[in-house]
Amino acid sequence: MLRDITLGQYYATESVIHRLDPRVKLVGTIFYIISLFCFRNAWGYGAAIVFLALVIRLSKVPFRFMVKGMKSILFLLLITVVFNLFLTPGEVLVAFWKLKITKEGLVLAVTMAVRLTLLIIGSSIMTLTTTPNNLTDGMERLLRPLKLFRVPVHEVAMMMSIALRFIPILLEETDKIMKAQLARGADFESGNLLKRAKAMVPLLVPLFISAFRRANDLAMAMEARCYRGGEGRTKMKPLIYRKRDYIAYLVLVIYLVGSIAAGRML
Amino acid sequence: MGIIKTKNLVYEYIRRDEEGNVEGITTAVDKVSLNVKAGEFIAVLGHNGSGKSTLAKHINAILSPTEGTVWVDGKDTAKEENLWEIRQTAGMVFQNPDNQIIGQVVEEDVGFGPENLGVPTKEIWERVEESLKAVGMYAYRKHSPNKLSGGQKQRVSIAGVMAMHPKCIILDEPTAMLDPNGRKDVIRAARALNDVEKITIVLITHYMEETIYADRIFVMDQGRIAMEGTPREVFSQVERLKELRLDVPQVTLLAHELQKRGLRLPKGILTTEELVEALKCLSY
Repeated sequence: MLRDITLGQYYATESVIHRLDPRVKLVGTIFYIISLFCFRNAWGYGAAIVFLALVIRLSKVPFRFMVKGMKSILFLLLITVVFNLFLTPGEVLVAFWKLKITKEGLVLAVTMAVRLTLLIIGSSIMTLTTTPNNLTDGMERLLRPLKLFRVPVHEVAMMMSIALRFIPILLEETDKIMKAQLARGADFESGNLLKRAKAMVPLLVPLFISAFRRANDLAMAMEARCYRGGEGRTKMKPLIYRKRDYIAYLVLVIYLVGSIAAGRML
Repeated sequence: MGIIKTKNLVYEYIRRDEEGNVEGITTAVDKVSLNVKAGEFIAVLGHNGSGKSTLAKHINAILSPTEGTVWVDGKDTAKEENLWEIRQTAGMVFQNPDNQIIGQVVEEDVGFGPENLGVPTKEIWERVEESLKAVGMYAYRKHSPNKLSGGQKQRVSIAGVMAMHPKCIILDEPTAMLDPNGRKDVIRAARALNDVEKITIVLITHYMEETIYADRIFVMDQGRIAMEGTPREVFSQVERLKELRLDVPQVTLLAHELQKRGLRLPKGILTTEELVEALKCLSY
């Protein structure tokens, strides 16, 4: 059961958005988020919603998957709305007891809610349509200029992809250790929080020891296969921009110019 | 000079206490000299702690000798500038299949070695394809390694080494964590590479059955080479192997016991077929 866990929330299907270069999706997401903070009127948000709806449609990912991601931030969303609604000074619309809802507050609350929702859904499209591996590759390529400032971009990307590879293995191992300790009379479920935290020690210690042993073995195996960092390395699956990626960039620019113009001037 | 040659190789593990003072020295490999010719299939036998894995790690330049010299394809492994060439010439497969697979997809893992060597993309794909086909794992190229069996993972590891085009592959107890079926598949893959691709194989193991097809066997004990010879020569010395706390293949043991009881059988019988033939000759 634990074997099937995949990190992130990749939704496997065939679509244009899935096939896009991960760099396009990363850049697109970042600019989309920036655009959300540039609007001054409802037209901009309208354009952002239409654009997002279009991308969702193209990605063939069912809408409920996007909404799933929203659940976790529902609380945050609620707090933002409530605070903005009641604590913004301005022209009073409704007042009861000590609370007043102002016109400015109402506008701000709605704006914030829309902005946050679009932000979350917008970025979840990226993680839903890109495998973690591809995402790491894309990030490595995009952050390459940082090498000039001695940021170990390749190494960080390598660590991320190794971490991704070992998550299922370590989960399986946790499962095994847990069963072994249960068989020896360990109790992970009863007692208060402190007691349960203490009960985790016999689980975590062997897990850490085994993780270090694996790390040691893996380092040796990588060296034996001539791994010596990013210098002089070639790629089996290099990222290459294709026609559809250039088109995607063009669409992105059109969206940005259009929506920001509409959002600020109309 | 052979592809792998060692002369008076000594390796000492130094144990230190918390302050870094030397607590004790264990000599894992003790004055080993051997010479492996290109294209040979060599098996190194020995019980736990006999120094066979330590010896293996020298051939790949993971360990550097305390004393003596190791040459791989004529290059001294102690010299820093030879390091990467040696690791490319002599690939290594380790014991634990999970801890040596780097990629998240089988084909990506096989491509890892060539990527490190700076092989052009198109050639990487060719190498990956031919290596996966050589070990019979081509059908699984798009799978996640986590979903493969132990034997399949080891074969992927062998393919990963193959893709670097080594002249020699060292398998360090590749079957120790596998079930009998997985063991057979891995050994079959290694023999095929030796037969078809003429790659020198050094198989480190403690399963006797896996060594009967080797050209030569080295038996290690306490860091030294205790016995050396063809499987027939080595396994005919049943008493000596018992002294070294090693078993002989069941058939060989049976033949040995029969000999002791007075049957006139040839020495060093290795397979069931051989024993059957020998017994047939006796009865007439």
